[in-house]
Amino acid sequence: MLIINCPYCGARPEVEFRHAGEAHVARPAGTESLTDEEVVDRLYFRSNPKGMTVERWRHVHGCGRFFNAVRDTVSDFFVTTYKTGEPKPDLEALKAGAAK
Amino acid sequence: MSFRKAAGGRIDRNKPISFSFDGKTYQGYAGDTLASALLANGVHLVGRSFKYHRPRGILTAGIDEPNALVGVGKDDAHYTPNLRAPVIELYDGLKAESQNRWPSLGFDIGAVNDLLLSRFIPAGFYYKTFMWPKSFWTKVYEPKIRAAAGLGRAPETPDAARYTQVYQTTDILVVGAGPAGLSAALSASRSGKRVMLVDEQAEMGGSLLHNLTEVIEGKSASEWVADALTELKANPKVTLLPRATAFGYYPHNFIGINERLTDHLANPPANLPRERQWQVRAGEVVIAIGSLERPLVFPDNDRPGVMMAEAARAYVNRWGVLPGRRAVIATAHDSAYRVALDLKAAGIQIATIADLRGDVSGELVSAAEAAGIRVQRGAVITGTRGRKRITQAHVARIQPNGTAAAPEAIACDLLLMCGGWTPSVHLFSQSRGKLTFDEALQAYVPGQSVEKERSAGACRGLFDLGAILEDGWKAGADAAAAVGGVVAPFRVIDVKGSVKESGGYLGALPHGRNVNTVKAFVDFQNDSTAKDIKLAVREGMRSIEHVKRYTTTGMATDQGKTSNMNALGIVADTLKTPVPAVGLTTFRPPYSPITFGAFAGLARGDLFDPLRKTPSHDWATRAGAAFEPVGQWMRAWYFARPGEDMHAAVNREVKAVRSSVGMFDASTLGKIEVVGPDAAAFMNLLYTNAWTKLGVGKCRYGVMLREDGFVMDDGVVGRLAEDRFHVTTTTGGAPRVLHHMEDYRQTEFPHLDVWLTSTTEQWAVVAVQGPKARDVVRKLVGDFDLSKEAFPPMSVAETAIACVPGRLFSVSFTGEIGYELNVPADYGAALWEAVFEAGREFGITPYGTETMHVARAEKGYIIVGQETDGTATPDDVGLGWAVGKTKPDFVGKRALARPAMSAPDRKQMVGLFTEDPKVVIEEGAQIVLDPNQPVPMKMVGHVTSSYWSPTVGRSIAIAMLRGGRARIGETVYIPMPEGTIAAKVVEPAFYDKEGERLNG
Amino acid sequence: MVDISSDRRTVLDGLQFTSPADAEVRIEPVAAMSRLALRGRPGIETAVAPVFGFNLPSTACTSATAAEYAALWVGPDEWLVTAPDGRVDVVKAALEEACAGVPHAITDISHRNVGLTISGPKATWVLSHGCPLDFDLAAFPVGMCTRTLLGRTEVVLWRRAEDTFRIEVWRTFADYLIGFLNEARKELAA
Repeated sequence: MLIINCPYCGARPEVEFRHAGEAHVARPAGTESLTDEEVVDRLYFRSNPKGMTVERWRHVHGCGRFFNAVRDTVSDFFVTTYKTGEPKPDLEALKAGAAK
Repeated sequence: MSFRKAAGGRIDRNKPISFSFDGKTYQGYAGDTLASALLANGVHLVGRSFKYHRPRGILTAGIDEPNALVGVGKDDAHYTPNLRAPVIELYDGLKAESQNRWPSLGFDIGAVNDLLLSRFIPAGFYYKTFMWPKSFWTKVYEPKIRAAAGLGRAPETPDAARYTQVYQTTDILVVGAGPAGLSAALSASRSGKRVMLVDEQAEMGGSLLHNLTEVIEGKSASEWVADALTELKANPKVTLLPRATAFGYYPHNFIGINERLTDHLANPPANLPRERQWQVRAGEVVIAIGSLERPLVFPDNDRPGVMMAEAARAYVNRWGVLPGRRAVIATAHDSAYRVALDLKAAGIQIATIADLRGDVSGELVSAAEAAGIRVQRGAVITGTRGRKRITQAHVARIQPNGTAAAPEAIACDLLLMCGGWTPSVHLFSQSRGKLTFDEALQAYVPGQSVEKERSAGACRGLFDLGAILEDGWKAGADAAAAVGGVVAPFRVIDVKGSVKESGGYLGALPHGRNVNTVKAFVDFQNDSTAKDIKLAVREGMRSIEHVKRYTTTGMATDQGKTSNMNALGIVADTLKTPVPAVGLTTFRPPYSPITFGAFAGLARGDLFDPLRKTPSHDWATRAGAAFEPVGQWMRAWYFARPGEDMHAAVNREVKAVRSSVGMFDASTLGKIEVVGPDAAAFMNLLYTNAWTKLGVGKCRYGVMLREDGFVMDDGVVGRLAEDRFHVTTTTGGAPRVLHHMEDYRQTEFPHLDVWLTSTTEQWAVVAVQGPKARDVVRKLVGDFDLSKEAFPPMSVAETAIACVPGRLFSVSFTGEIGYELNVPADYGAALWEAVFEAGREFGITPYGTETMHVARAEKGYIIVGQETDGTATPDDVGLGWAVGKTKPDFVGKRALARPAMSAPDRKQMVGLFTEDPKVVIEEGAQIVLDPNQPVPMKMVGHVTSSYWSPTVGRSIAIAMLRGGRARIGETVYIPMPEGTIAAKVVEPAFYDKEGERLNG
Repeated sequence: MVDISSDRRTVLDGLQFTSPADAEVRIEPVAAMSRLALRGRPGIETAVAPVFGFNLPSTACTSATAAEYAALWVGPDEWLVTAPDGRVDVVKAALEEACAGVPHAITDISHRNVGLTISGPKATWVLSHGCPLDFDLAAFPVGMCTRTLLGRTEVVLWRRAEDTFRIEVWRTFADYLIGFLNEARKELAA
């Protein structure tokens, strides 16, 4: 069971959290003019990288907040977490930091 | 106990213990293990091997035992198979039995596998032999193989024991209480931080408990252990956990530890768990789990009486047992000389030491020779004799070309072997640390760490006691530093009597015999031999992972503790490559087998999962209701009267709802209170419907989509105030809907001032439905005007219900006049009874979920999750009217606009009338257009709901049918095993299509 | 009109609270009380002060109490407020008035939850059978409160004293939860 650092509550056990899919994927809003291909891309296609991935998590059995996280799919470990609305971290910089 | 020494060892000769093995009673002492007690009674033959049913004895003195597996328990409810005799603590009345033999251990029919059939069961035999004919596999081969092979028998009665699980957090966890672990715990305990020390044995001390030669800081090894434990016990921040196996190393220093609390007790207290599974989160971990002695791979190295050398030393020194009278020792490592000296001192005759190494010398060798022990250098065992107990060892000189010369037969009743020492890297490897191969040691040792851990002592390749103790001390101090504790200064630990030891061998030994007929075992538990491994390599296996699976070497319950390195050595030798080039198999949890009970913990019986009961549960139980589980909820299914079956009860309940009045516990419906200045704006975005113009006091049926445009949930929503909505969801969908709404509230629409609170459990809900519903409810709401003008269908009001503050809804899920009475949940049971009393004069009929389902199906109302399956659009299920076409945005709006979402051949909801009105189709049945087409038929839809409708007087069904609405009037077919059912496609509403009844 | 207002039945009625392990761990029901889910934008922390006599705690997982009120931080814009039984309408009205200038939401959840008290020298040991949090006083000090898991139920756990915790749980899970705690403390029987 991993320890996940909730941006609000701090380090907490994984069982309190729920994964919520890839982060920084824009919703195909009804107000936008998108092609059907763009809609399908936003709905169904995810990057699934080997290495650093950016995900949404929710501290569902804690403070209830959604937040974002960078996780390394190779090691399974979280690299960093940050609040919803904050910018996506520089993954290259994080990679360089993790390699040190 | 003719093989028990008169004195010495850690057993209590004042506490004799009686136990039985295979029905025969024996004596042992407190402090014995089953293995030591059996050996003390001269019992070596304790089991039959897995494949060849060869007689097997006790090989080791610990957790690595591959042979001596027994079943223990006074009866089936307390029975555990496959326990290792060396780790079973003896208690009075212990009842053990051997396994894998028939009719008896001494005479086993299955042994024919060894004597006659073994050439038919080579490595990978099940991949080769049983290929054809295919039908033979399930009927002939598998049952025969299963009957012939296998280990213990699984008990058939429920386990009578209790098991618990507990989470704990510690700053420093030390695994293993041998010299390194004890030393680490001592230095860590001075940190001021929380320290846990766990060890799999009853007594802490590890190898120090049978070390009679070395002197640590002026004390005997056992005195040093006692003093260390005294110091640790006195420290309130130290937890000592004996009888506890750290079986798994999981991410972020999460360690699974299995503690055995009662297996050593003759009469365990009933309230104690048998096992406690600790799930420990540690700041830092010190791994100090020692090393394992390797067997030597020579022909017939598996007879009873063949034993690991250090194990014999432990039996002699720790348990006061003589495992034999006359021993031959085969070794490739100096440590066996220490064994020889200790055994000789105990009165065991050492016939010879056959050392593989040609030029061996040193202090221990000299000491052995000085003691008059014959040492044969450059000598190898080429075979043994003795079926149920070894009688001879054949010792041969290794010739300059590497082959064995003609052997000399040496009589013995004990053959001890030592191929060197393998560091236990299991936990380190489980932690995903990288192993490196130490050329000097010819062993894998811990390399780069991933977790916050460090290995200390023999498990990282140190074998000098002084070095091990100091390494442990340093590891404990380093761990203390890492968690910010007080760091104990380095401690020089003086050890006297130590002799530097070296040596070791990997692989199979030369024997000069027919390789096709001899068996030199590598993996004792899975019966795989050197020949099997060589065969696997010859047949093309190159990776050790492939060899492992092909030969099953290392795949038994001992996880290859004694076999992995020799297998690697054989593969490397056959391939003529260095050992590290062959690779290493992955170490996986558990380190040693764990009972299922420990993993289940408290989650059994009533505690398997919470059971949620509605306020009317007790009343319904008394009324004879049958219940059905809906998620975690237990809901009344139907209320059968005496003599009624389900069909009759449901018919009666439906008729009552249609003709008079029924009552139904709807408390399980999910409820979410949506509150805030932007509540309506938020509702507009989360539901397809338009909410802005919904008046306060009015309700609307809402449809919720996922972003992909498919129906996610539905429910009635009441507007209580401009800024407050009472939202209902499906029973099963409540948590999912709240999660979905929270997601959008927090991440997509954070600018909206709106908040969501689950109120499912705040309100108890009684639905009153039927033509007399208004008459019943009127008696409960005082002056509140229920007239259809003042409170028409789809209204909501906050008003007193039976004199408590409630929320009254006029809603119908049956097509009849209906109300839903919400009161604070503590009043729910009383309200149910009050409604029943109020309705008595109208013959009010309590009904369950089945009648609810039938009544709504008669009306063609969908159930999300029954008609929909995550791929239905609102239009597919006839809810296109609920989609606010002019709204600029709502979740799912853009996806709905894709052409595929409105294609004419989508599955659409229709009704079905079977040609024979008495036939009720099975839900889930597939629909075809042409019943005479060849199989596989083209399926064009499926039945989602199907009931006998007492109101219509015939069967009704709802189906999702491709292009269904255009097929109304056509006949479709449902092929079933009993024959094809023909059905006419109709509108999916079977009763009161115009909704006249709601205006009554 | 039929009157059921005096026929209130809590789900805790009839559950097993006594145990041979009481000397080590006691489990007791908390009497009925008013509970509100209080939500709002920043500013609400101080806006409530005239009603409660204190500001809402703004530090994660902390609580504030005074007189008859308690406010537990359970999320960055979410507090669980408790008040004496029967006061929910009065308190809600007072809060609505006090918070008029700050967007907020107040919802009555008095009957949604039930309260339990678990206390005694082995309270944290028993809680640890279902909750993975570290109950060391340094990690979970007196006054800390948080939503978490206990067995297979979600709870709000609030440390009232070194050896005393309040558990808030949804009503239909109480039966399971007490069964779970009783089973966990069985080994502590005198």
